[in-house]
This record gives sequence, structure tokens and C-alpha cells, in this order.
Amino acid sequence: MTTSSLPRPSLRGAASSRRAVLVDKIATGVLWAAGAFVLLILAAIILHFAIASAGVISLSFIFGNPSATSLGGVGPLLWNSVYMLVLTMLISVPLGILAGIYMSEYAREGRVTNAIRFAEEAISSVPSIVVGLFGLIAFVDVAHWGFTALGGALALTIFNLPLMSRLSEQALRAVPADERAGSLALGATKWQTIQHVVVPLAIPGIVTGVILTAGRVFGEAAALLFTAGLSTPAGYNFANLNIADPRSPWSPFRPATTLAVYIWSTNSEGLGNYVQQIADGSSAILLAMVLIFNLGARLFGRMLTRRLTAA
Amino acid sequence: MLATTARPERVIPRVEVTTQAAPAAKPGNAAGPVKIDAHDVSVRYGGRAAVRDVSLQVPERSILALIGPSGSGKSTFLRCFNRMNDLIPGATMTGQVSLDGEDVMAADVSVVELRRRVGMVFQRPNPFPMSIYENVAYGPRRRGMKDRARLDEVVETSLRRAVLWDEVKDDVRRKSGLALSGGQQQRLCIARLLATEPEVILMDEPASALDPVSTLRIEELMQELREQYTIIIVTHNMQQAARVSDVTAFFTMAEDRAGYLVEMGPTPTIFTNPSEQLTEDYISGRFG
Repeated sequence: MTTSSLPRPSLRGAASSRRAVLVDKIATGVLWAAGAFVLLILAAIILHFAIASAGVISLSFIFGNPSATSLGGVGPLLWNSVYMLVLTMLISVPLGILAGIYMSEYAREGRVTNAIRFAEEAISSVPSIVVGLFGLIAFVDVAHWGFTALGGALALTIFNLPLMSRLSEQALRAVPADERAGSLALGATKWQTIQHVVVPLAIPGIVTGVILTAGRVFGEAAALLFTAGLSTPAGYNFANLNIADPRSPWSPFRPATTLAVYIWSTNSEGLGNYVQQIADGSSAILLAMVLIFNLGARLFGRMLTRRLTAA
Repeated sequence: MLATTARPERVIPRVEVTTQAAPAAKPGNAAGPVKIDAHDVSVRYGGRAAVRDVSLQVPERSILALIGPSGSGKSTFLRCFNRMNDLIPGATMTGQVSLDGEDVMAADVSVVELRRRVGMVFQRPNPFPMSIYENVAYGPRRRGMKDRARLDEVVETSLRRAVLWDEVKDDVRRKSGLALSGGQQQRLCIARLLATEPEVILMDEPASALDPVSTLRIEELMQELREQYTIIIVTHNMQQAARVSDVTAFFTMAEDRAGYLVEMGPTPTIFTNPSEQLTEDYISGRFG
């Protein structure tokens, strides 16, 4: 055998090791910068709208009714955004989690799972305007609902469900096999194991899914134009609790223009003297809502995990 | 508070064990009533044989150690007794395993019931991310026990038997099972298992992730448990097998990497005077 020995330089460094150290430093710097850039963008957006909306935001703007002649308010639209969010989440979160549980815990890898994954990816990449047109045909025309909040929520569910189920599946898969085995070895059934061990451990990941899908509900305009409608609502009567009455703000069978759609429409119509202010103010509110929802969902998820794992 | 159930040393019904190491004349012929009887057990993963034609008997209230090099199929064989191999896609088992004369592999056997009677401790402690109390109450709760007083009692009794109670009694409800040390976690896993009132305890290298002191405590615990339970332990640590077990079975693998049983006998015999050269080589450190 030949003993090949590397030349042994002094500790203070041959060129080769100095180079490796330099590359290491550059890599650290680049990765740090990429992370900082993400934060910077968020900060820039927040700062921009905080400044732009400074003179616009007031209680009367947040809760008031829209007006064609003055600044008016965005109250009903804000209400609709929240309403659409809740309605869509009520449909897509349970469905998404159940689909995720099926994919992660029950489905045997094969043609069926491949087909489902293909469908998930395909639907996710369909442009939202196309989903909106599909909703127009399916819910507005064929089902004869007209423009409704429910139609909008279903359209949003179409492209939220794949994301929700995929993220749930990943969160469930990430639960260590040891935990499952521990439960099964104690004589728990598969469903008990899923219920009491796997799902509680997957909640942080599932909450991420909820946040991402919620963000799309807040921000989506194209899919809602043709389904939930584009009518500027006058004042709502919140005392009207009859959900079958299309005039009630609680009813899913009424047109529901959201804040994002309103921003789009005021800007595209470009009418009136307050277009810019309305757009800036609405954007700031939308942004604030997204941030509040994200933080709230994280907190709620943490509480839920604690509740479920240490009852 | 759990203290309500604290009474002067609950007496656990104990069966006096007169003979320490139930001496067996021949491999597979151990004294005492047979608890587990494995006959011609083979396990295949997909096309590959992992365990081939293993037959052995485990007498009641004794400790059987399975030793042998990595890949000799000890763990796979162990998982036949509570059918944990069912969870591995592509694993198939042939042969017979009976528990108290009842076929464990029969199609109509409830694995849920089987696993309650044949509990398992894993290589890495795997407490649930719940309070100590909920970890122990997990099994009884899944079987529908709701009465708080009874649950309190089961939790305390199980933690006492696993010699963990004194260390954790002050915050069983508040402290997470994950906040314990590795050795405590493993004893918690044992307590969790005792709460389901098993008859057999399978241990898959239960101390391999623990420090020497924790390992010793687990071994002491095994000695106490052996008075009431039948224990089968897989271990890489030969001193451990020599210290804790009554009977030792030595596994190795064949040319095609399938594990098989070389010989089995009373632990002192296997370690001092094995009949097979392979065993001799292994225990004297010549391979494995």
C-alpha cells in the first residue's frame, strides 16, 4: 500500500483553506441577505401604506358606507371580506384536513394518490380568473344562484382545497413514526392514534395551511368578480338575522363584494376625486387584517396544540 | 390532587418466584408454563427474507434476551409478537406464534387487544407530547376509562411500578412527558404500558439511548417486573443480556442476510459454555 499524505501547511493557512473560509463567509452573507430581503419587502410594504393612508384612515372610513361623491368608507366591504373568509374557511379547512388525513394516513401510494396529487397541482396552477369563469357558469348560471357569497366561497374553495390538503398532508407526514408506533403498541386503534397523537402534533403545520389559504381569500379579486359579484353595497342592517333573506348581511345568498374587489374596481374605473385615497386606505386595512389574522392564527394554533396534547 | 389515592404502599399481587433463572435443559425447552410459543416463524420484507424459521418458547414470568449482530432479525422477530410488522408495507409473516396457546396471527385476532396484552418499549423513548399524567392515562382512556378516581389510581400505581412516581409526583399533571430526562422518559413509557395491564412486555433495545446510570435503573426495574410479566428484550449489549435475562437466544444472519436462531439456552450456559462455535465467536467478541 502506498501512503499518500497531504502536504501539511501551518495553522495560519494555506491558500486552499483560506479560500474555503472565504467561500463559507460569502455563502453566509448571501443567505443572510436573502433572509433580510424578505423582511425588508414586508417592512417596505407596511411602511408605504402606513404613510399613504395616514390622512385617510379614520373610524368613519373603516366602518362607514362607500360614497360616489365623497371619500366615504369601506365598512360593508370589510364586513364582506371577513364574511367570505369565514365562509370559505368553514368549507375548505375541514375538507382539506380530511383529505390530508386520507392522503397521509390511509391512501396506499399508487395510481389514486398520483392522480390526486396531479389534480392538486393542476388546480392550484389554474389562473384564478379561469376559476372565476367556471364559478360564473356553475354557480351563477347553471345553479341559478346569481351572484352570491356562497358561490364566491365555493370558487375560492376550488383553489384553496388543493393547497390546504397538501399542506395538511405534509404536516401529518412530518409527525414522527415513533409517536404513531407508541400509540398503536398501546392498543390504540388507527383512528384513535390519528385523533389523539398525529393531528395534535400536526397542528402547527396545519395552521400554516390555514394562514396561506386565508391570505388568498383576503387578496383574491379575479375569482370573486364573476361569482360573488361587483356591486357596491349600501348600508347593511345587521339586525336582520334571517340568513335566507338576501338583504341580510348574514346571508350567504347575497352578492358580497370584498375589499380586494373594491380596490380593484375603484382603481380600474378611476372615477371620482378620491380614487387614490380610497385605494390607499383600503390597502392599508387589508394589510392590517392579513397581519392580524396571521398572528391570531398562530396564537390560536399554539393554544390548540396545548389543549390537545396536555388536557 | 393525586395524593388522595396515596395509601401506605399498595400491595401489588405478587407471585413468588422460587427458582431464579428457570433452568432449561435444552434450548426451547425452558421450564415453567409456556407463555409464548413461536414455531417456524419467518418474515419477509418484499422479496427479502429477514427472519427464517425461528422456533422458540418463552416461559411465563421470565426474561428472554435476544442477542446477535445488527441485521440478524432480532427486532423483526420481536415485532411478530405484537404484530407491529403489520405496519410495514410489504412485510409478510409465516409460521405460528401463540400467546397462551392462542394463535396471534389468525385473521380474526384483534391487534388492538393483542397489543394491550403484549406491550412494547421502543429503542428511543417516545413519550407523547402530553403531561406525564396523560401519557400514562392514554391507554386506559382509549379503552373508555373515564372515571377520574380510577384513572388517578391507575396513573399512580403504574408510575410507582415503573419506579418513577417519587420523582414526578409533584407535577404529574403539569409537566410534559418530554420535559423528563431520557431515562425518566423510558420509565414513563414503561409506566404507560403497565397502565394497560399487559402480560408480556417486549423491549427493543430499551437502554441503547440511555446513559449507564439510567440503564442500570431500567435493568433493576426489569428484575422487579419479571415477577409479574413475561419479558423479551432485544439488546446489543451482551453484558446487559448476561445481567438481566434468564434465557438467551443468539441470532445471526445467513449468507443471504436472513436472520436465524443459532441457539438458545439458559443465560449462564450461553455465556460460559455455548454449544455452537458461532455463539462462542460472537460472545467472545470475534465478530458482530
